Parts: sequence; structure tokens; C-alpha cells
Amino acid sequence: MSTEHLQAPTSDQISEPIETDILIIGAGPTGLFAVFEAGLLQLKCHLIDALPQPGGQCSELYPKKPIYDIPGFPEVLAGDLVDNLMEQIKPFQPGFTLGERADTLEELEDGKFLVTTNKGTKHIASAVAIAGGLGSFEPRKPLLENLGQFEDKGVAYIIRDPEYYRGKKVIIAGGGDSALDWTIFLADLAEELTLVHRRNEFRGALDSVEKVQQLKNEGKVKLITPAEVVALKGESHLEGVQVKKTDTDEVIDLDVEEFVPLFGLSPKLGPLADWGLEIEKNAIKVNNSLDYQTNRPGVYAIGDVNTYPGKLKLILCGFHEATLMVQSAYQRIFPDKRYVLKYTTVGGVTGFDGSKKEAPKAVVKKIE
Amino acid sequence: MEDIRIRIVDRQGEEHWVDAPVDMNMNLMELVRSYELAEEGTIGICGGMAMCASCQCYILKSPVDLSERSDDEEAMLSEAFNVQDNSRLGCQIFVQPELDGLEIGLAPED
Repeated sequence: MSTEHLQAPTSDQISEPIETDILIIGAGPTGLFAVFEAGLLQLKCHLIDALPQPGGQCSELYPKKPIYDIPGFPEVLAGDLVDNLMEQIKPFQPGFTLGERADTLEELEDGKFLVTTNKGTKHIASAVAIAGGLGSFEPRKPLLENLGQFEDKGVAYIIRDPEYYRGKKVIIAGGGDSALDWTIFLADLAEELTLVHRRNEFRGALDSVEKVQQLKNEGKVKLITPAEVVALKGESHLEGVQVKKTDTDEVIDLDVEEFVPLFGLSPKLGPLADWGLEIEKNAIKVNNSLDYQTNRPGVYAIGDVNTYPGKLKLILCGFHEATLMVQSAYQRIFPDKRYVLKYTTVGGVTGFDGSKKEAPKAVVKKIE
Repeated sequence: MEDIRIRIVDRQGEEHWVDAPVDMNMNLMELVRSYELAEEGTIGICGGMAMCASCQCYILKSPVDLSERSDDEEAMLSEAFNVQDNSRLGCQIFVQPELDGLEIGLAPED
């Protein structure tokens, strides 16, 4: 997926809030399409997503799976749909804060909203559209008794800085692509590297599996399968783990300083649940098919994250909801402006980047 | 076609005998959702692609052998929690006439 035009905030921008018209929480298909509809009304958008790339579930869970119910596309791969949406909204120059989770929502004195992420990035907008799907994707944590005690003290679910592991004794658990990829990456950095997985088979790209096999043969990686980490040991920092072979019940004690469980991500509604919004069945209640506003005026919920009588969690419904939401946000931002819907075929698409798309004019010429 | 009967023990341990239609291409995850036996948003998160384990269930009693998992399902369950020998993903088991009398328990939410 092309991410070259995405703007990640750099550290010196963090103190300065990002300002926009509509702040969209969640960069899945619904959030992305909202940028297009907002752009037609000359409204600017900025998106926040906990994942490092846009596309939401489509990119994270099933980029290579086909979808058959996008109007006008008999079949489209989820990843291609995201690429197409990114292309479609490009003229409207959306901003992105990726890899950060929207944590707090505050209303300012002038009626605008301030949304702050878990990394402290601040965003100010006249309207907020929550397009958060099932919530933000959080790492799935293994069920170990004293896991919390060692979080950030030898246990991490995401590898942020590989250099941190240089010269350390590390154990990775998991059998998917990220476990394989990080095993390959850390093999040269860590002093000792162990990979445990509950099965003998790994599911991941074939060349990753082969590479790990090669590292194992070279003695650079210790592989323990089928096995799982069953206990953590240490005082203030992790000092060791117990690994249990699931076939023989043999228990192995390992001295390790760092444990990285990589069991994939699962969506959690998370901090959104504390934004003072009405929640029903793990979704945000909105006014039925009017403008998808929540109980907080100026805060909308669109796509899979909302609920109302008759709700269907379909991408195509999310597109519709995004479109109506934008109309309402426009009225909120410009209460005195008169507006009449214009078809793109008639009005064309004028980007904020100076680009202009329009239907070719018919040639009027006499045939002699 | 006649409905079959399936016993579902929900996450709170409460049991329900439900009528399951065999002519709607419905899987057990969808059956649980249709009777709202697990809270929306906590089951069938990936929509039934064997890409999450939110519909994990235990086969308590089955009229036919349901022990065989598909490759995708096996891979997913190998990364899931609370997995037992009788674990299956509900989305991968379709309601069919021969499953009349099936008994399942829903695995805890992870």
C-alpha cells in the first residue's frame, strides 16, 4: 500500500495542535470515504488511527480477501478497495495521525473539540466523526498470572525499537507473520533468541518460515515447539520464563530478560467508551438515519461503530452514513450558508491540491 | 426443511436449547448471534473468516465427529487462548441436519 503521502507528526509538531474541520477517528473505508464527501463541501479532514496504516480491518485482517457487495465492483480485494479510496481522496489532502489511539475528547469554549492521542498528539476540529469500527486494535495478551507486573519491564507486545534488544536474551512467542519477521530481525541483534509456538507448523509467508528454519539450523535461533510460556519470573524486571512443551508436558526454565508475545491484534472499544457517549451492545448509539449524530452534538458515529434500529454493519452502509454526516457537519460549521447538493458529474471534483476533475464538455459542431 | 435442536451453554454458564434452521447456510457463530446469546461486538468480530477466535466454542457432545479443523481454523486456534482439545471456531461449523442434538459451550471472551 502506498503511504508516501501520509503525514506523520514529527516530535516538534506535537506541541502544536493539528487543526481541521472534521476530525475522523478511524481510517477504515468509512472514515476514508468521509474525506471525499467532506472535500466536495470544501471541508478539510484529518484522520487518527491506532494502526500504522490506513484501511482498518480491510488492511489489517483481510487485505487479500474479496468483497462482493461494493456497488459497482462485482469483486474487489479489501486491500485494493483501500488503495482505491486513498486514490479517490488524494485531492483533498487528508492528514493522518497513524499508530496512535484517540484517547480523550474535550469540548472547548468556542464549541470546537480537542482530541488527544495516547502519545499526546492534539487535534482541534469543529466536528468529530467516530468511524472506529470495532474499536482500536490492541495486542492480544497471553493469560499469564503476573503479566501486568512485567509490562514494559521485560514484557512488550509491540517491538518499537529493535535496537533495545541488542545484546539481550529474548524470547518471542507466536506463530504468525509478525513472530517470524521479528525472529528474523532480532536474530542478529539479540544475544540469545528463542521462539516458542504452540504448534510445529507456522503460518506465515513461505520465505519467512524457510528463513527461520535456516536460522535454527545455524544455531542463531532456538526453537521450542509445540510449547508455550506458562510462567514469568523476576523481581522488578523479568529474569526468566517457564516454557512447557505441550506434547510431553516437560517444563523448561529459561533465563531471559525480554519476552515478546506476538499473538495478533483484537479490536477493543477502549477509551471511546469513556467519551460520554451512549453505548449499546458495544456500539455508539446515534439518531436513526438523520445525520448519525451521537448524544453529544457535533460528535458523530459512522460505520460499524454505531448502532440504530435496523443497523447493518456493511461498508456500503458506512459510505452512506459518512455522506449524511458530512452534510450535517457542514451545517454545523456554516450555519448561515445555503447549500444545494451538486452531482460530481456536474460540478466536478476540485481538490485542495489544485487538481480539478470534470466531465469533458460536449462538442457542439455542425456536421456538414 | 425442519429445524434441528442445538444446546448452547453461554459464557455465563446458562444453557439454551435453540431451534436452528438448516436451510439458511448458517454457521454456529451466526446461530449464537441470532439468538443474542453473546453480546454483540464480542463474537464474530472478523465476520466469519476464521481470522479471530471470538466465536471459539467447545464441542460438548456431538452426534457426528466434529474434531477435524480446517487449516485456517487450526492456525487461528493455535494462537488463541483457552483452547482445549474440543475447541472449534463456531463460524466454521455449518448447521446441517446431522447436527441435531449437538451441544456446545462458548469459550470465554479473550
